Amino acid sequence: MRQLIIIGSGPAGFTAAIYAARAQLEPLLIASSVQVGGELMNTTEVENFPGFPAGIQGPELMMQMQEQAEKFGTEVVYDDVVNLELDGDVKKVTLGSGETLEAQAVIFATGSAYRKLGLADEERLSGRGVSWCATCDGFFFKEKVIAVVGGGDSAMEEATFLTRFGSKVIVIHRKGELRASKIMQERAFNDPKIEFIWNSEVVGITGTDAASGLILRDTVTGEQSEIEIGGLFVAIGNDPRTHLVHGQLQLTPEGTIAVDGRSSKTSLTGVFAAGDVIDPTYRQAITAAGSGTVAALDAEHFLASIPEILPDGPVPADADALVSAH
Amino acid sequence: MTARAVTEATFDAEVLKSEKTVLVDFWAEWCGPCRAVSPILDQIASEHSDKIDIVKVNVDENPQLAMKYQITSIPAFKVYQAGEVVKTVIGAKPKPALEADLAAYIS
Repeated sequence: MRQLIIIGSGPAGFTAAIYAARAQLEPLLIASSVQVGGELMNTTEVENFPGFPAGIQGPELMMQMQEQAEKFGTEVVYDDVVNLELDGDVKKVTLGSGETLEAQAVIFATGSAYRKLGLADEERLSGRGVSWCATCDGFFFKEKVIAVVGGGDSAMEEATFLTRFGSKVIVIHRKGELRASKIMQERAFNDPKIEFIWNSEVVGITGTDAASGLILRDTVTGEQSEIEIGGLFVAIGNDPRTHLVHGQLQLTPEGTIAVDGRSSKTSLTGVFAAGDVIDPTYRQAITAAGSGTVAALDAEHFLASIPEILPDGPVPADADALVSAH
Repeated sequence: MTARAVTEATFDAEVLKSEKTVLVDFWAEWCGPCRAVSPILDQIASEHSDKIDIVKVNVDENPQLAMKYQITSIPAFKVYQAGEVVKTVIGAKPKPALEADLAAYIS
């Protein structure tokens, strides 16, 4: 049995791994099979991660985090977790390969997934002009009118990035002002290729084989209108990826995993959570990394407080009492 | 085994006129999910080499093919039989999910 398994390979997971590995907990990090590195893998320049005054590419930053975690003895597994049994002293983690791993403690850092508009047309035209990843798909919309839905930093980043390809980028936002940081707003406002449609939400996407237009509804007047587009990028936020722990860990009203105060302790002993999956508010690479640190230190403290489990020996009945923090 | 690259010059012979079922992986160097899924495709290719041939098309170097097959999102996987596209799968997925999508062509 392992001491610690970390689930997730974004800034939270790898930072937790760096700390846990340096504490000689020999962590195993389950990185997923196709989304290794998490959300930053789909970004370009990261300008706000301290220590990189010239900026750093998101994928490069993640590769360096992984290298640092591995340098201290983290073992990385490229598979997906398909099932978790988190109650009890032995946590069981089942992988896509069918293998079940056991650990005394688990750090859950699965991040968040792109939020969808929730339209039937969106499913139908996904990969046919509707996309969630500008860095992956922007290339295919050269000289086309590209719409971006959303008003946060990621929407502004996508819009700015897409001006390299599109003849014009239209940002559609359901409010009259942006949620994005000032610098990202300024950059978008000053870009001659970016236009804004305010107080509007997308209620339909037209096109049979490929997205060709949007049906918009004015959020103030309720009036509907139609615009022609060549592509649509959806950047309306993310939802915490919690489906593996539904019914096992307590969640908050926002849908994130509930943790005790400023700690990473979840509703189950020996289970810690970090990064976007516990954070409905800040969701930055650096806050996720900080949160990963908290989880590793909490896990280290927890592991130090439980007696070593002998192969056949019983676990003392008061083992849990030492660490109850809820 | 790494999937071999097919280009605009060789697509006709290697994909459309192939007697075998061919899966074409449309990808690009700058696409992170493409790179992540590539080893999974290599595994599927070697495990089912009797049933399916898996090749790669770099969309940067072969824009005409990307346009002809209306690629707007990568990675995109298209399965060809007798010169026709019989199945399209879009996006990087874990191996079991890809195998399920391709079940009709690999089992």
